[in-house]
Amino acid sequence: MMLRFNFTLGLVLVVLVVLGAILAGHLAPYDPIMDADLMNSEMPPSWEHWMGTDGQGRDVFSRVLYGARVSLTVGLISQLINSLIGTSLGVSAGYFGGWWDDCVNGLTNVMLAIPSLVFALAIMAVLGPGLPSLLIALGLTNWSWTCRIARSSTLSLKNQGFVQAAKTAGFGDLNIMRTQILPNILGPVLVIATLGIGGAVLSEAALSFLGVGIRPPQPSWGNMLSDARELIRTAPWAAIFPGLAIFATVLGFNLLGDGLRDMLDPHMRTRKA
Amino acid sequence: MSDFLPDPILSVRNLRLGIGSSHRILHSVSFDILPGETYGLVGESGSGKSVTGLAIMGLLKRPLTVTGGTIHFQGRDLLRMRPRERRQLRGDRIAMVFQEPMTALNPLVTIGRQIAEMFVIHRGMGWPEARRKAVEALESVRVPAPEERARAYPHQLSGGMRQRVMIAIALACRPDLLIADEPTTALDVTVQAGVLELMADLCRAEGTAVLLVSHDLGVIANMCQRVGVMDRGRLVEEQDTRNIFTNPLHPYTRGLLASRPRLGSRGLGHRGRLTELEEVVAAKDRGRDMPTLITPRGPRLAEGAGV
Amino acid sequence: MMRFILRRTLQMIPTMLAVVLIIFVIFSVVPGSFITSLMSEGRNATNAQVLTHLNEQFGLDQPLLVRLWNYLWGLAHFDLGISYRTREPVWNVIEPRLWPSIKLALCAMGFAAVVGIPLGFLAALKPGSIFDSGTMVVAVSGLSLPEFWFGLLLMYVFALNLGWLPSFGYQPGSIRHIILPAIALGVSPMALLARTTRAGVLDVMNADFVRTARAKGLAEPRLVRSHVARNVLVLILTTMGLQIGALMGQAIVVEKLFSWPGIGSLLVDSVSVRDIPVVQGAVLVIVLWFLVINMLVDITYALIDPRIKVG
Repeated sequence: MMLRFNFTLGLVLVVLVVLGAILAGHLAPYDPIMDADLMNSEMPPSWEHWMGTDGQGRDVFSRVLYGARVSLTVGLISQLINSLIGTSLGVSAGYFGGWWDDCVNGLTNVMLAIPSLVFALAIMAVLGPGLPSLLIALGLTNWSWTCRIARSSTLSLKNQGFVQAAKTAGFGDLNIMRTQILPNILGPVLVIATLGIGGAVLSEAALSFLGVGIRPPQPSWGNMLSDARELIRTAPWAAIFPGLAIFATVLGFNLLGDGLRDMLDPHMRTRKA
Repeated sequence: MSDFLPDPILSVRNLRLGIGSSHRILHSVSFDILPGETYGLVGESGSGKSVTGLAIMGLLKRPLTVTGGTIHFQGRDLLRMRPRERRQLRGDRIAMVFQEPMTALNPLVTIGRQIAEMFVIHRGMGWPEARRKAVEALESVRVPAPEERARAYPHQLSGGMRQRVMIAIALACRPDLLIADEPTTALDVTVQAGVLELMADLCRAEGTAVLLVSHDLGVIANMCQRVGVMDRGRLVEEQDTRNIFTNPLHPYTRGLLASRPRLGSRGLGHRGRLTELEEVVAAKDRGRDMPTLITPRGPRLAEGAGV
Repeated sequence: MMRFILRRTLQMIPTMLAVVLIIFVIFSVVPGSFITSLMSEGRNATNAQVLTHLNEQFGLDQPLLVRLWNYLWGLAHFDLGISYRTREPVWNVIEPRLWPSIKLALCAMGFAAVVGIPLGFLAALKPGSIFDSGTMVVAVSGLSLPEFWFGLLLMYVFALNLGWLPSFGYQPGSIRHIILPAIALGVSPMALLARTTRAGVLDVMNADFVRTARAKGLAEPRLVRSHVARNVLVLILTTMGLQIGALMGQAIVVEKLFSWPGIGSLLVDSVSVRDIPVVQGAVLVIVLWFLVINMLVDITYALIDPRIKVG
């Protein structure tokens, strides 16, 4: 039941963040970019500004809400790209074997050797800052684990004979991959994807923090933290809340992913609490 | 008839075991083992025979618990002892050999050290002396080149060898009772006889009582003086080995014996599955609303009790 | 053993080559470089002639394959090229940054191990207890924590408010300066280590040979020491090793936050000014570190587990 609790908490957090992002336009009391009141800068949390104001007098709460849009967009879309790349490479490598498998394996090994942040940084340097670049950079970085799992699952499925049976029955390769293999690997891939969304959110925040991701004044939790660095003494809330948002979001996806993993694991299902 | 019957070394009375309060695994099992005797516990998988052995050793894993009864060893109730005292008996006075030799030993520690450990903790020896005793122990279980083997790691030994090592460990401190849970089931047929013979010889030499748990009637027939038959958590029959094979009393036992594949028998004939017993329990033994052939409340049939 | 090391070292080469290739290709795509940024930022009135001269000097006017070949040739002689920005050999730029990064990674891992392993161990010895649940909550939180935010908070509390520790900078031999960055960087590996240790100990506790040890009459402390600990060690060391390998790359943000003069912050700085030779060199060093640590982990594994044959 501990697991159930984790999963529920994760779900709640994720739903909250998603709602916050979608409804930002309605929930945010101020405009995140334009409502900059320098007279009111660096004000602590109050009734007018639930999370206080930042160095340029902008409402932190509104910026946090809009920042959720960025983070979720990057997280979901980049992870989708990752999963697509990883699954297609992994399944095809496991299915066809031979030199293609060797190629994919080699490429995966190389990708695993390069730390993801480093790789993303390099790509961002080339593409320049901004949302589309972030999507591409992060989408190209984190597919290795999905590929590995997809490949090994495909291999074990291949060995179980019903792929062979389907072939003998005359089904085409693509058909087999689609109907036999994909449904069976969906579980683990989903788990990795969920955990990966959390990772992508962290990466986006890090890149924006470093100045190569989303550029101000467009709010991203990462660049909000970067701005708040100078204000840490005078306006710590400008740093606390964006970071808390990142933490809550990533925690939510991590709990969700862990919960999914435990639910899918047959060992856990048969164990009594 | 002898008028001098020694006190049983192990006396299990009304042992109840289960998961929580709802699920019962053992329903009031009782039997005695006399000193030096080899007692067999036979039954199908799930009959509760292995779990009985574990309960005696105190090695039950959560959520299994003993829910009632007593286990008297040399006059003292193991279930009422303090954990520390019980632990001191383990390995020293009561030892156990398990079914699966391939995973029973620590893969990262040498054989010699794993045997020597017994002497260090139970006899207070220093490691050098204990290692020497370990080599002696390997000799006693007929392992060739014992000094070399003592320096080897478990993965370098075959299954049969590892089981001999397990026996060496179990008998290192010359316990009074050895519990052997399917000791040869996982071994090659060609190796089984040797290991069983070894066990029998060593136990006979030291006067060690043995509780031999097995589903293999052949093993039981060869090794045990008395046999208890277990079915679904109940001890349904207990007899001298000779008698039980020629004159099984309980329908379940009869079914068990009948389901042995017999050389030369043709067709299914008597070789029905255990679930298709032809016997009917006598009316007075049948439970009131029991539609089944064998009533769960079937009385325990002992030698000479009559139906 | 030596053959094993040799073989593994040789196996690293194709991976390194591939990395070089990838980075090279990525940066060839971008039209600009430090050189052109000089012109666009209009610092000096760099005219076309100077630009051409600079391009020639750095060999940038040559086709891609030639440049790649030259670079690889240089690598074979341990020559990483010249920094666009400082005109020094890249190695001279990178070398002073190596030790600070290694030191930070080791300290962070030390923190992670000292806190994470005992936590995981104790949690596994009392599964299902409050302590166990609590530890797992801490672990998943640690994995979700943005380390730069945590670092910032640490800085706020300990450096700026309490004044106990300095908030930035590096001094060789100083412990005070490394504490905050090491903790900030170490939280995530600590969480992972706690989880892995717990899972490993639980696995071992349920293993057959532990049941045998209990049947031998071993008391818990001895059991844990002689049988459980040794067998979990392999798993723990492997995890730790892999983490150290990855830490150098993950340290980027923490290094920038604390103004720690390591490879990570060098990488960020070079990327933002497009000093490509330095970027390439830094990435290579980071990847090499990862591969070497992996090899060391495998060697340690083979040394501990007698079932693994090496060579």
